Amino acid sequence: MPSFAPHTDEEIQQMLADLGMSSLQELYSSIPAALLRTEPLAVAKDQSEIEVLEQFVQYGAQNAAVRTALVSFAGGGAYDHDLSAAARHLGTQSAFVTAYTPYQPEVAQGVLQALFEFQTIIARLFGLPIANASLYDGAASLVEAVNMAVGFTKERHILVSAGVNPAYREALATFGAGTRLSFETIELGAGDATSFPFTDDGTDDTKAGAVIVGYPNYFGAIEDLKAARALADRHGALLIVVADPIALGLLRSPGEFGADIVVGEGQPLGIPLSFGGPYLGLFAARSEYVRLMPGRLVGETLDTEGRRAFVTTLRTREQDIRREKATSNVCTNQTLMAIQAAIHMAWLGKQGFGILARRNYDGAHYLAERLNEIGLAPSTTHFFREFTVRTPISASELAHRLLTHGFLAGVIPPGFDDRLVIAVTEARRRVEIDSFVDTIAKELR
Amino acid sequence: MRFASTSAPGGRARSAPLVGDAEEPTIFELSVPTRRAFSLRDTGVPAMDLAPIVAWIRDEPVELPEVSERDLVAHYTRLASRNYSVDLGAYPLGSCTMKYNPKFADQVAGIDGLANVHPATPPEAIQGWLRLFHELERYVCEITGMAQATLQPPAGASGELTGLLIMRAYHASRGRSPRKVVIPDSAHGTNPASVSLAGFEAVTVPSGANGLVDLAKLRDLVDADTAGIMLTNPNTLGLFEEEIREILAVIHAVDGLAYYDGANLNAIVGVARPGDMGFDIVHSNLHKTFATPHGGGGPGAGPVAVVEHLAGFLPGPLPRSLDGGSSYSWVTPERSIGRVHAFYGNAVVLARALAFMKYLGSDGMRTMSELAVLNANWLRARIADSFAVAYEQPCMHEFVVSAEALKTKTGVRALDVAKALLDSGFHSPTVYFPLVVHEALMIEPTETESPQTLEALALALEEIVATAYKDAEAILAMPRNTPVRRLDEALAARKPILTEDQRPL
Repeated sequence: MPSFAPHTDEEIQQMLADLGMSSLQELYSSIPAALLRTEPLAVAKDQSEIEVLEQFVQYGAQNAAVRTALVSFAGGGAYDHDLSAAARHLGTQSAFVTAYTPYQPEVAQGVLQALFEFQTIIARLFGLPIANASLYDGAASLVEAVNMAVGFTKERHILVSAGVNPAYREALATFGAGTRLSFETIELGAGDATSFPFTDDGTDDTKAGAVIVGYPNYFGAIEDLKAARALADRHGALLIVVADPIALGLLRSPGEFGADIVVGEGQPLGIPLSFGGPYLGLFAARSEYVRLMPGRLVGETLDTEGRRAFVTTLRTREQDIRREKATSNVCTNQTLMAIQAAIHMAWLGKQGFGILARRNYDGAHYLAERLNEIGLAPSTTHFFREFTVRTPISASELAHRLLTHGFLAGVIPPGFDDRLVIAVTEARRRVEIDSFVDTIAKELR
Repeated sequence: MRFASTSAPGGRARSAPLVGDAEEPTIFELSVPTRRAFSLRDTGVPAMDLAPIVAWIRDEPVELPEVSERDLVAHYTRLASRNYSVDLGAYPLGSCTMKYNPKFADQVAGIDGLANVHPATPPEAIQGWLRLFHELERYVCEITGMAQATLQPPAGASGELTGLLIMRAYHASRGRSPRKVVIPDSAHGTNPASVSLAGFEAVTVPSGANGLVDLAKLRDLVDADTAGIMLTNPNTLGLFEEEIREILAVIHAVDGLAYYDGANLNAIVGVARPGDMGFDIVHSNLHKTFATPHGGGGPGAGPVAVVEHLAGFLPGPLPRSLDGGSSYSWVTPERSIGRVHAFYGNAVVLARALAFMKYLGSDGMRTMSELAVLNANWLRARIADSFAVAYEQPCMHEFVVSAEALKTKTGVRALDVAKALLDSGFHSPTVYFPLVVHEALMIEPTETESPQTLEALALALEEIVATAYKDAEAILAMPRNTPVRRLDEALAARKPILTEDQRPL
């Protein structure tokens, strides 16, 4: 019988004898006979590791991977960036991979310090004083941010820009059913940016819990966060910004514009595409909200000998202490991805991160210019590394044709089969971009 | 009880590769201006005009570390050496199922056609992932006795909330909105927190003297306003709820739904199924039962499986074949509660879990559970002289003992026992949980530790107890051998320093 249990047959017999039992079945004497299964599970019998591996290689062969099979121009919350060997190597050390939640800090200083460094990096990136140790993904971070804003303002009405990632908005609606939230959409205007309603008499006193806006948004537009801040102030709401972390290598942080909470998807920070997960939910906030923060927080303290040490802190916020009164039910998070992202960010460093952001910008703007030449003018006016084009034929049809030429053409916004949201990273070479444009031109001719 | 602890038990970490006890500087403290590790390709793309975004351009680069790659490697390697892990030694953390994570699954996670696939790739180019998901769904349903499942929830707590929102949608579809969800007093904190976030009210049913749900009290609690119940079985005390069918019948009688929290599934895979017990919604923690590594606190995966009449409420999209299995596409159930993840869940974690299931196969998974239960019962009997066992009946995969007598006689608390154990080269059990046992130590050896390791663990516990009676102060001063000693947690909470920039100058 294959197993990762080390027991020899003799040892099993000995252990049973020690317990006064003669068979393993006796261990289950407390389960009513009617519930005990006599049939084996209707799944395949055991296999050697190499056979299992071969099956997964087969599964892999039935997918088109980026770089080996496809040149990717898709974003929408997941990006084909170059990964660093150092982050991959260091982030997959078994001490990080096979550790549990750091409940015993004396033997978890490695994970705890790495998370403290991660929190520092995210706080600096987002321009806010504090960040947590991660949540599941960008969508989960947004849901938690809204719950936190509602906990603070006691207002359940939420204003959401139509430029926020549709999948995140769907998750928000799913979880909002439980927390009884009501949503109001702020529509987009010129250049794919949010059209913030303008009132100049300052008497708009309908209260709201949060205003949510993307930066850049799902269609690529860099939003006017000053206008978003002003709108939030008029409604007594917190401003939640969903940020693309790579953009912040070039753009001012949302914190500079007065955001209360900044969330985002950390996958671009050195995490493989992984078909959508495991990813990394980023979450930063202003200090006054610290006791409402969801998820784990790592803080600095001293040990009995006066040495600096790290520990999960403000635990009374969390579900295991506060139970039904907790602002969040989060227990497991994405620690390993957080550590890998911190390592990757340290590898890029102060200079590298800025250069990387600039290359994303250059690639996207070069592609936009080339598409403009073939009559596909971007509808997005101010963008960073992602923009939207209106397609003259069905977007899914065009994407399908480009797929046969080895291109992942972009992301089609749900419900808009005449649009393609196209992303460029530092991984896209000029020859790939040129070839992509030529192929589109041929297909549309 | 004749297993020699001297024969090099594999689960004991007595050496740590440390050269001393100095603090490790933070990566920021190691930084030197203009030092660098990065290496970026020349894409051949010309520099483009920044004019369109000039209003948003930042003044200063983000203050990130500036280190050489060599220093980066040294720093994170040293950090790794300051952390306990399953690969280092036993981790008998009750309720967490910290079993060995097989290494071939790491190779599965690294396969190019799995690891490097964009989630927005059209279905025609991700047939492998869709088939993999569908196969895992079948395994999860067979193991739990359910009909269909979503793989989206990225962790157990997310699975709980997903299941409760399905419960909510079910009642709404019948024009009802009952408010109460019953949970036992021994439940994990995630249960009541999830109940609140799903818009329900948590009602606690007390455990009887035997550690099981008190059926009579449950009957008193349940009425037309009861939406459902959340239970683990075996429960958090490691005991099987023998009256489970009767318990669930009480809930079903008022059109409530029964939710199974899969935290303790490792006890019963292939032996008994939540579906056969009468549960309607089940989440399973793949990072526990099916050996995907927990990464220092995540990622996990918490698929939610349901009985057939609830399948229409599952979060979409689901991988389904409309042509008898020759091709798969995404289908969203007609009354879906909506997405619970930005994409399809923690896909690579899901792949690892399926690989583990296939390796063990149908009989292997049952043996896995049997040996987990054998280890727990044997260890429980082995340490019964050192600590009072909280409940007499046979345990499942974990058990709870109390250090109350020790505390009364010596002043050494459960927490102190946990800290002392760190010095013996073991990770601590879970302490002070469940709340219904005083000075609780919750121990879950898992099936992957050898009897020699269990023996060594038992001896370490015996030695701690003996020392406590002779010299309690010595125990209170432990751990001594760890990278740092006991921490001032009150200081951390009183003046939170959560980033490098919040440190007082």
